[in-house]
Amino acid sequence: MNGTVALLRLISRRDRVIMPIWIIALTLVPIAYVSSIKAAYPDAAARQQYYDINAGSATFTVRNGPLSGSGLGELLAWQCGFIPVVVALFSLLAVIRHSRTEEEAGRRELTESTSVGRYAGLGAALIAACAADVVLAVLVAAGLSAQGLPVSGSLALGLEFAVAGCVFAGVGAIAAQLTWSAGGARGLGIGVLVLAFVVRAAGDTTPSAGWVAWLSPLGWAHRLRPFAGERWWLVAVAAVVTAVLAAVAAMLSARRDLGGALLPARLGRPAAKASLRSPLALAWRLHRGTLLIWTACLALVGLIMGGVAKNVGEMVRTNKSIADVFTRLGGGGAVLDAYLSSTMTLFGLAVSGYAIQATLKMRAEEAAGRAEPVLATAAGRVKWSLGHLLFAVLGPAVALAATGFTTAIAYGGYTGDTARELGRLIPAALAQLPAVWILAALAVGLTGFLPRFTAAAWGLLGLFLVLGLVGSALRWNTAVLSVSPFTHLAKLPGGAFSVTSFGWLTVIAVAVTVAGITALRRRDVPA
Amino acid sequence: MAEAIRAEGLTKAFGKVRALDGLELSVRAGEVHGFLGPNGAGKTTTIRVLLGLMRADSGSATLLGGDPWQDTTALHRRLAYVPGDVTLWPNLTGGEVIDLLGRLRGGLNPRRRGELIERFDLDPRKKGRTYSKGNRQKVALVSALASDVELLILDEPTSGLDPLMEEVFRQVIEEESTSGDRTVLLSSHILSEVEALCDRVTIIRAGRTVETGTLESLRHLSRIAIVADLAAPADGVASMPGVHDLTTRGSQVRFSVDQSALDGVLRRLSEIGVRNLTSRPPTLEELFLRHYQQEEPVGASR
Repeated sequence: MNGTVALLRLISRRDRVIMPIWIIALTLVPIAYVSSIKAAYPDAAARQQYYDINAGSATFTVRNGPLSGSGLGELLAWQCGFIPVVVALFSLLAVIRHSRTEEEAGRRELTESTSVGRYAGLGAALIAACAADVVLAVLVAAGLSAQGLPVSGSLALGLEFAVAGCVFAGVGAIAAQLTWSAGGARGLGIGVLVLAFVVRAAGDTTPSAGWVAWLSPLGWAHRLRPFAGERWWLVAVAAVVTAVLAAVAAMLSARRDLGGALLPARLGRPAAKASLRSPLALAWRLHRGTLLIWTACLALVGLIMGGVAKNVGEMVRTNKSIADVFTRLGGGGAVLDAYLSSTMTLFGLAVSGYAIQATLKMRAEEAAGRAEPVLATAAGRVKWSLGHLLFAVLGPAVALAATGFTTAIAYGGYTGDTARELGRLIPAALAQLPAVWILAALAVGLTGFLPRFTAAAWGLLGLFLVLGLVGSALRWNTAVLSVSPFTHLAKLPGGAFSVTSFGWLTVIAVAVTVAGITALRRRDVPA
Repeated sequence: MAEAIRAEGLTKAFGKVRALDGLELSVRAGEVHGFLGPNGAGKTTTIRVLLGLMRADSGSATLLGGDPWQDTTALHRRLAYVPGDVTLWPNLTGGEVIDLLGRLRGGLNPRRRGELIERFDLDPRKKGRTYSKGNRQKVALVSALASDVELLILDEPTSGLDPLMEEVFRQVIEEESTSGDRTVLLSSHILSEVEALCDRVTIIRAGRTVETGTLESLRHLSRIAIVADLAAPADGVASMPGVHDLTTRGSQVRFSVDQSALDGVLRRLSEIGVRNLTSRPPTLEELFLRHYQQEEPVGASR
């Protein structure tokens, strides 16, 4: 373990931006929930009503776990029920990034050739991730008790997040030893997380087999029962499990070579299929996995959002301030249509993330040195970029159509007229496309004109997200809100579709894309 | 066509750094041309200009009779390029990359592909992420060498290969050289490789061509290394014009001597009395060191 401290310093230097951002963001979420619950359900009667409506909802239970009571603290803990998954994911990825990705990039070889011990790299990655989780727990506890919530419950909620984070940091450490690559380790780790989620959800929604949820670390996290008779001993269990996972990871790492794996490497085909002969065919190989994952995840979210519409309908009937929120987010029409249309905006913003990722794949390929050998063949830059852009343009259409489809299926099950919802919600989802394309186009523009600053595309998405979610809720100036292309989209379902705004946004997207590709043709590669 | 590549007065600046500063390069059709220079001399930038990936600030470049920036795709059908640092797609196998790049160039000779995979001892079934640096290099080399093209541009192609594979690479390039129907531009800082393979070399430093010609003509400019066992102390030899770096150990002297001064120096040695003498032409290493030490103060050469 010699040199662990030095490596920890290296990690804190490299993560000095991202770590604080995610810790602060995840601290702010529960604090924001406190205010929103206080505003929407100001008294015990309103909270009891909320409890009665939601405690039995299977869809909500899948997402948030069991609702343990109708007090402010219990409602808060329940609304935060998905955060442990996010913390677990982040911790898992952080450990892999600082261990296996380092190794893959050849940097572990460099650090380990110095007087750094064999376990120092893995140890430092684990300590950094777990320390971040503990800091998050402390900040959450401090922030919530400052809002007047009981200290013990606030601490327990913070620890609920940290417990999930630390255990999955351990899972990440083991995954990093088993596979041949950081990508494989990420896949394996996320697979375990999904499994833990499914097991927990299955246990929580099946009263006769509630013990099943105890098999999942995510189940332990919820069973800490913040604000509802805390079970502190579960923290000790999680600490022991984390230590065991870390020890197993260390043992496994000692049994493999640098760059090696414990699972056998799978061999592929010795020659390419006849179809792998164009930049487009290459783009298909590079994009299909990501597109599939995005589509599947969004479709799943669509199923959940469509499924909870029933509860939304009941909540809204009994609570006017909630109704106001949805009307502001989504616009006119019936309140449920407003809910669905605000959901479509969320899908549009989310799928823009895919569009940006697919577009910036060009720049990633260029920066990794993989564009150069392709561009040194008869494949020109335009053909090469169009191969990638096809996915940035049509990929979101596929993902949105699938999401509209699953939302309609789930929501149609509630209204009883699935055919009608399919006819309304798939077009409503697709109506987001022009705004999504504008973000892809801006990413193309950056790739062409300012290749070193392509990450700014994510900043723009963040800006539109803030304008769309916070700005509209706080009723900012229309001129400010109109900066975001999402502001100009028709509010569907419920609103009127506007061919003009759809057309104009598309024309702008095409123009910016053409300018970006022209600039890409004229600049140096690599930039 | 007499010339496969011609570059005249190429300049290229990245911000304040002048990567190319009036570079000249001429490669004849059918020859193996060594392109030598230390790291950062501008070899890769020159190649990127020749490939139309970068545009020179001034100067002109002609590649296979065309303009690399204007006729990019048409020219790329006729050449194959191996970058200095090969990165592969993590989820594609080596075999897939070989075929893909070959097809994108316009065709691959399957018999040659199989033969090269065998000679380079490459497993084409492995995924890109699992290859070592040397194996990634082999993937790019096999793909380039098996492509039906008239020009090969290889940027430090042996940098990750082990000595055994370096030898295979030499044999393959020698075969290309004897058949004479392909032109090879071989950038390198590994001098023995260039010495073994190349008909002519161009040496660049700081973006400028410092020397170009056949190896023989470069040696002509250079010094001969002498080791002699003498009957008496080598009085006065060190101060003779054209004698450099003389060291004495017992009765043995070592020095290098300019070709023009060789006759006089040998005469002086035989006056002293020679018991044993070896002389050899300079290696490219020595030529190379001379070119890159020019910046150092004169006192250093004693």
